[in-house]
Amino acid sequence: MNQTPKKVVVLPCSGIGKTYGTLARETAYELADRVRPGVVTLTCLPRLVINDPAARQLVTENPVITIDGCPKDCAKKSVQSLGKDPAVSCQAVRFYTAHKDLKPDGVAQLNAAGQKLAEVAADELAATVDRLAAQEQ
Amino acid sequence: MNEIQVTKVGVVSCSGEEIPNGTLCRLACRRVLDALRPGETVTICLPLFIAGGEEERSFARDYPTITVDGCEKLCAAKATEMLSGKPSKALVVPEILKQRGLAAPTKLRQFGPAEEPAVEAVAEEIAKAVDEVLAAI
Repeated sequence: MNQTPKKVVVLPCSGIGKTYGTLARETAYELADRVRPGVVTLTCLPRLVINDPAARQLVTENPVITIDGCPKDCAKKSVQSLGKDPAVSCQAVRFYTAHKDLKPDGVAQLNAAGQKLAEVAADELAATVDRLAAQEQ
Repeated sequence: MNEIQVTKVGVVSCSGEEIPNGTLCRLACRRVLDALRPGETVTICLPLFIAGGEEERSFARDYPTITVDGCEKLCAAKATEMLSGKPSKALVVPEILKQRGLAAPTKLRQFGPAEEPAVEAVAEEIAKAVDEVLAAI
């Protein structure tokens, strides 16, 4: 019997003030568009802030990966505000720490190194997405 | 003794990770903060109303605030009013685009020349709103 696989929700930082917030968002887009399309889905973080029913249901019924841009951990805390912990939470800076040759810069638009770092980060998170998706089958 | 009062306007953007108009909001707000009204505007990440402390939640009480939303859910306006204070102005991107006769963007990222008229139009409307709010103080 075919089962409809659950989604893996990726929630990035939604900030517009910091490079690592943009890196978090671009990493999420890479995951949803290129690395695991059809498996990874995004939702707007502010929909959780206003307690939007559809966004709340998506987040509470599926495994969630949060990628935060700063130590305030807005994405992680927004999920926790629904009474649930993200399956995986990380900060975008960890990817730069692991790849010091790719120094991200820019807020509205990442520089080339930052865009490459987002691609690398998404590739590295692919195995985590696969594990979470498999657990939900 | 003379007192110099420096007044800034808070700009709160929809982050809209899942809709092209969210990206439009972020880029237009960033342009106002960086280029059009750099000395007269500040911003805050919307989820900080939940994840932050009293300092963040008092944002709309500390600054007259303009919210910029990308869709009819009005997350920025609603969250600001619920968790911080009533915005001085609430802008909605689809309304701005309609007034200007501009098409909405169709992609989530990597905006280019095709999206530039929409970014410029929304940024201009935000800057105009900043001027109006400051003039009314």
